[in-house]
Amino acid sequence: MRMIERLGEAVIEGVVHLGNFVIFLLAAFVYTLRPPYKPRLLIRQLRTIGAESFFLVALIGMFTGMVLGFQGYNTLRRFGSEGALGTVVALVLVRELGPVLAALMVTARAGSAMAAEIGAMQATEQVDALTVMAINPVQYLVSPRLLAGVISLPLLTCMFDVIGIWGGYVIGVGLMGAPSGPFFNGIAQNMGSNDIAMGLYKALVFGMVVMWVCCYKGYHAARMATGVSRATTDAVVLSSVLILAWDYFLTSILL
Amino acid sequence: MTGNGVKDGPAIVVRELRRRFGKQQVLDGVNLDCPRHQITTIVGPSGCGKTVLLKHLNLLLRPDSGQIVIDGIEVTRLGLGGMDAVREKFGMLFQAGALFDSMSVFDNVAFPLVEKTNLTREQIAGFVAEILRQVGLEGMEQKFPSELSGGMQKRAALARALIRRPNILMLDEPTTGLDPTRTVAIHELVRNTQQRFGLSAVMVSHDVPQVFEVSDRVAFMHLGKIELAGSVAEVMASDNEHFQRFLAGKASGEEERPASQVVATVGR
Repeated sequence: MRMIERLGEAVIEGVVHLGNFVIFLLAAFVYTLRPPYKPRLLIRQLRTIGAESFFLVALIGMFTGMVLGFQGYNTLRRFGSEGALGTVVALVLVRELGPVLAALMVTARAGSAMAAEIGAMQATEQVDALTVMAINPVQYLVSPRLLAGVISLPLLTCMFDVIGIWGGYVIGVGLMGAPSGPFFNGIAQNMGSNDIAMGLYKALVFGMVVMWVCCYKGYHAARMATGVSRATTDAVVLSSVLILAWDYFLTSILL
Repeated sequence: MTGNGVKDGPAIVVRELRRRFGKQQVLDGVNLDCPRHQITTIVGPSGCGKTVLLKHLNLLLRPDSGQIVIDGIEVTRLGLGGMDAVREKFGMLFQAGALFDSMSVFDNVAFPLVEKTNLTREQIAGFVAEILRQVGLEGMEQKFPSELSGGMQKRAALARALIRRPNILMLDEPTTGLDPTRTVAIHELVRNTQQRFGLSAVMVSHDVPQVFEVSDRVAFMHLGKIELAGSVAEVMASDNEHFQRFLAGKASGEEERPASQVVATVGR
């Protein structure tokens, strides 16, 4: 009997947590639409999440494109299809790797910082201080970050894609000797607005997921040092898992 | 800016407040009166529920049952908008100050004015300079909280709590963690500020018996109830066994709840 009780308790607790999780997102989203509006907070977050992630995203984009150039060339050469290298590199980046890897980089950098910052604020009663001053902490802390994530990630993804394609060109054509004309012609002929849209939809969703998960974990961190570190770890892990899982679902819907 | 209204009745009235966390009845029928323009100090052994009570007074927690009347308004059934209106009536000093560490002292103290009023920058700067002078932090506007000592952080936090001239000031263990000289300094600061602004103050403190010198009324809390309340003289003269034992520092094992247990349940 005790086991069934415990199982029941665990299920109920799990459902309550899930509910809180979703309500958190809805509240943060609704608060972006309600006054008081704080453009300065949004701009600050755009700088932290978007502008300051640019170098990292560019670096990873370059390496990813270069690896794709190598691998793509090696594989295509077996079928005599080196001319398709541009198409392959571009489509893989734009449809899949661009949004996913850019999101993972932003999670690792900005997402973890966000979870830690909000968690530390909880631990030192700064979030309570906001509440006591009649300022809604979710509206003040979370909504700007959510909005900044949704705006930044598609833009970062585009940069990732462009730099990646260039990286693929440098290695595939410059180093390995794939034909140069077909590289770009292939892209022009075989990539459509559907592909680009797919990548951007994914980036939008990922931007929301990363900010949502990281802010939630920080906000609900246990109020001690280990609580903050635990929250940061959980935030990055959960964000990464959700990005990859959602990637599958979105791909199956959009493809 | 909230003004000092002339009103009758105590600043804060608590009746039969009850609150449970999991299996623990942390507040078990609390009754308390905090008179206007006086400093009421709540004392008691660790784990008696003092901080939980204060969190109900500053509306961070809601009770299971009972009533709280703040400045004439019953607050336990209010919605979010109503609660925000009541929050403008009091300022809160948290135990560690709870200053925003990404902002300078100036931005911290100006924060309530910037966020909640339409004052111009010059006006705000004037008010901030004035309140910093009154708490003894003149010239510290550009420092960041991490550059301040514990005592100075509390002064800055006190300035932030008072900048909108509330009627009521709530303090959570303002002297915990400070050495005896700083403790006296903070107690004096609280008393001076309370007299200058005519505040009604509610303070939770561990610093017994030093805090009695700065209190007008004392409420002794034990196992979730206010067992003893009155002026300092009345309370000191009482023969309440738990209180005398508490004063003597011999709180027995079963009267104290381990701090970790209370902190864990009061996490939010």
